[in-house]
Amino acid sequence: MAVKISMQVNGKAVAAEVEDRTLLVTFIREHLRLTGTHVGCDTAQCGACTVDMDGRAVKACALLAMQAEGASITTIEGVAKPDGTLHPMQAAFKENHGLQCGFCTPGMVMNAIDFARSHPNPSEQEIREALEGNLCRCTGYHNIVKSIAAGAKAMAAGK
Amino acid sequence: MHAFKYHRAASLSEAATLAGKGEAKLLAGGQSLVQAMKLRLASPSDLVDLGTLKELQGIKSDGRTVTVGAMTRHAEVERSAEVKKAIPALAALAGMIGDRQVRAMGTCGGSIANSDPAADYPAAVLALNATITTNKGRYEADKFFTGLYETALKPGEIITSVSFQVPKRAAYMKFKNPASRFAIVGVFVADFGGSVRVAVTGAGPCVFRQADMEKALAAKFAPESAAGVKQKKEGLNTDLHASAEYRAHLVSVMAKRAVEAALK
Repeated sequence: MAVKISMQVNGKAVAAEVEDRTLLVTFIREHLRLTGTHVGCDTAQCGACTVDMDGRAVKACALLAMQAEGASITTIEGVAKPDGTLHPMQAAFKENHGLQCGFCTPGMVMNAIDFARSHPNPSEQEIREALEGNLCRCTGYHNIVKSIAAGAKAMAAGK
Repeated sequence: MHAFKYHRAASLSEAATLAGKGEAKLLAGGQSLVQAMKLRLASPSDLVDLGTLKELQGIKSDGRTVTVGAMTRHAEVERSAEVKKAIPALAALAGMIGDRQVRAMGTCGGSIANSDPAADYPAAVLALNATITTNKGRYEADKFFTGLYETALKPGEIITSVSFQVPKRAAYMKFKNPASRFAIVGVFVADFGGSVRVAVTGAGPCVFRQADMEKALAAKFAPESAAGVKQKKEGLNTDLHASAEYRAHLVSVMAKRAVEAALK
């Protein structure tokens, strides 16, 4: 069984024919070949698959692609400027050594960007609560928290 | 997951027709159902997506009740100024569900229809004496949850909204599983001035009211009234996270903390 699907991904219109049961993360990785969105646990716990859908961070392994029909999706590939200038949140992760192996980083950054929009100057406690749905198996949370605090401030300053 | 046919319902009546087909299931936010399908714990023949039905979304408050549309996301209830003003405990409960990405998708109606034994919303529905409205009628909270993942809903019946009664004061406390954020035990205490309702989730196969605690709190709404009532361990869940005995103990502890929070 196949269905037609169309949405905006990183500002570009995309359309395809997929199986009804295709997950959003599968569509992004295997159909669009945007492999920056990761599959970690595949059970909606680790958050490595986090993408932005219409302005809110969601777990792409917990959504059917069809649930994103007509939506505007941003993946980690879509946050830097076209000239390669990093998004302030990405730059903050780099400056604060907010990544070790890097596997969880795309999901961390996507969730952090959404969080920072409503929390321009978050406390450590707020950041740690916001990270409940993102796991880092390197356990590098300390610098991730520092990165998000710096990234949120940089985003607010850049407005 | 097994193959199925996806449908996007254009109207509530179309959704109801489609939901009556074969082994069809309704798709709300999908935060439980999609995972269950991936594990092949659920294998519907058809999936009817309610995601675009605007009439199932939104929050209304009239001072006596707060009505939450079935497809209203947890994040909306968590942030709603109206809910925070009328029933702060309900906004707080919504903010304790899962994580922020899950709250961006998960819905009130989906949680209630699923009747997961460890879900948070059923405790609010029962303690706040909510009325569940469907496309076919209404249910009182006390008659809605019937067992483990079981409700009074008939096949194809669709929750449209849930109306929570505004209490004098209320609070929800949960002892959560740190990995899943589901309630190992969650207790919602609501004081309606004269009568008190206490709902317990996570402890048993289905959300339930603690009648002894309700009586003790109606006589005196104080933390020690809740702490003084011992929950029986018989019939409670035992799993790798907690024994029935431990859960029984937690019921009194969470109820005491909920009363303390409600009095603040």
